[in-house]
Amino acid sequence: MTMVVNPGRRDRLWRGFVIATPYLWLLFFFLIPFAIVLKISFADPLVAQPPFSDFFDWSGGATDRVLATFDNYRFLLEDKLYLVSYLKSIKIALIATLLCLLLGFPMAYAIALTPYPWRNLLLLLVILPFWTSFLLRVYAWMVMLGKQGLINHLLMSLGLIDEPLQMLYTDGAVYLGIVYTYVPFMILPLYATLEKLDLDLHEAAADLGARPRQVFRDITLPLALPGIIAGCLLVFIPALGEYVIPALLGGLDSLMIGRTLYDEFFVNRDWPLASAVAVVLLLILVLPIMLFQRLQQEPDT
Amino acid sequence: MTDVEPAKSPGQGGACSGTPWQDPAQKPFIELQSLSKHFDDFAAVDDISLKIYRGELFTILGGSGCGKSTLLRMLAGFEKPSTGRILIDGVDITLSPPYERPVNMMFQSYAVFPHMTVEQNIGYGLKKEKLPRTEIASRVEEMLQLVQLPELAKRKPDQLSGGQRQRVALARALIKRPKVLLLDEPLAALDKKLREQTQFELMNLQDTLGITFVVVTHDQEEAMTLATRIAVMDAGKFVQIGTPSEIYEFPQNRFIANFFGQINTFDATVVASDALSLTVRLDDSGTEIRTRHEQDLAPGTRCVIGVRPEKLLISTQAPTRDGLTVTRGVVEDLAYYGNRSLYRVRSQNGRIIQVSAQNYQRSAQLLLEWDDEVFLSWNSDCSVVLTQ
Repeated sequence: MTMVVNPGRRDRLWRGFVIATPYLWLLFFFLIPFAIVLKISFADPLVAQPPFSDFFDWSGGATDRVLATFDNYRFLLEDKLYLVSYLKSIKIALIATLLCLLLGFPMAYAIALTPYPWRNLLLLLVILPFWTSFLLRVYAWMVMLGKQGLINHLLMSLGLIDEPLQMLYTDGAVYLGIVYTYVPFMILPLYATLEKLDLDLHEAAADLGARPRQVFRDITLPLALPGIIAGCLLVFIPALGEYVIPALLGGLDSLMIGRTLYDEFFVNRDWPLASAVAVVLLLILVLPIMLFQRLQQEPDT
Repeated sequence: MTDVEPAKSPGQGGACSGTPWQDPAQKPFIELQSLSKHFDDFAAVDDISLKIYRGELFTILGGSGCGKSTLLRMLAGFEKPSTGRILIDGVDITLSPPYERPVNMMFQSYAVFPHMTVEQNIGYGLKKEKLPRTEIASRVEEMLQLVQLPELAKRKPDQLSGGQRQRVALARALIKRPKVLLLDEPLAALDKKLREQTQFELMNLQDTLGITFVVVTHDQEEAMTLATRIAVMDAGKFVQIGTPSEIYEFPQNRFIANFFGQINTFDATVVASDALSLTVRLDDSGTEIRTRHEQDLAPGTRCVIGVRPEKLLISTQAPTRDGLTVTRGVVEDLAYYGNRSLYRVRSQNGRIIQVSAQNYQRSAQLLLEWDDEVFLSWNSDCSVVLTQ
């Protein structure tokens, strides 16, 4: 056997490529777009093409005159609309995440305890809705929830109600839409952790005197925690910025930040303000996650 | 393991002494009454009745799928019996849930909680009993001493070796001072050297604590060395129950005889029979022998006589003593082990007979060589009648 001291040039290139790929991906599809958004958020809106001012003033020949402005961020604080829609988004996303967890945990647990041929079928059923267009599914809910919709028809024909219920264009419809759409993202990571759970541990706890509820609290829950966290993040993050569901199912007061963002970009054509909204949204998401990771690492060291 | 005060709960005596199972006046500590467990149409445990006495180290031995694990799980409360009753210390626990039984179990996988430290694992059972914190701490400390792990109290299970994890599981099961400790293949996951050490430690521990142990294993050697009594299980039923020596010396059938060590078999025909013994004629030599056998067999019945290799005497001259059964053969193969030699002898009718002989004479030369003509003899009462 010969010792490989110098890997070949091609090998090194290949290795470099493999290592670089994710970084390049992040660079081109996250960091650069983010830098552009960040840059626009410090600009002034203009009625021009593009609709915002330059970051630097090129006209004087000197390139060091910075035109950046914090006006957009100041405006976010001054106009209550933004604060309200941020808070509303956080509230809706938090409650929807909790609902997804309450619904998804028993489902994931049941799937994890189901014997094999059936388990795959159940998993398939969880993923099945993804095979039709998301927009189509939201429209389907509109058809069902509307004044003349399926549910109202059914309730009235059963004689349970006389007047059709206002279900569409309410916060309730938004919660329903978000939970319906995102519950698979809760179930799948939860299933992945619960499936690995050793049932001997449950029996051992019961053997040592733990009642079923205590077994769940002492053994199942702590061991499922990584799955719970992953599932909650996977639901909370997209739910926070959700645009389509509140736009189609929500009422006028279901003003979430995604809608505000859309309006600023496309209705008001105020790109700098819209960019500032987006940057703040990103901070709202990233800061708690970073904080959480800090906390996660500490007990292990 | 170490000298620690035996942890005894009230009403719990010392280790079992003598042979309580032979004394009809003795009250059994664990009693199974026609216990069965059916899974659909399959009877995993089939109408088993058993009495285990206080302080016994009772071993249930059998191959995989014989029902021994189901039996243990019914004792722990993880499976509900289909029919029958389980009594421990006179109390019917047939339908009690696992968390209410005076029984603790050491799992084959150890089932140590991965998210708790060694200390937390061992103290878990007491925490569920809502004992004061200080008492839990002192009893955990006592247990850590007992299983020799005091310096690892703060470790997480993934930082422990297999043997250490086994000790944690043992301490965790013992800390509640159960009336009965169930052990599911306690040594299976350990390497050979650790097994031997742990085996003796378990026996000492059982002796010190006086807790009744019920061990399930598929390893006959483990069963032989550990047990006060062994129940050999096959297809949901007990084939034979007895002390290790009873099972070795008086196996009831060929399955058990071959399961525990080796045995030579000779075809024979029953000549006469009474309540305690049987006279049979060997097909090989035509000699008639009398041997202990409780089962009455009609004259003319075909049977098999079994003789353990170490019960056979091998010699070049015909033995002169009375009461010996003698047959002749030729040494076909031999293996010298120092303390003993193993001979494979071909008998007159072509059957191979194994003989294990102590080398009690000192000699640089082999006392017997290949192709030597030899006489094989054994004391008639060393042979055992095996049902086919």
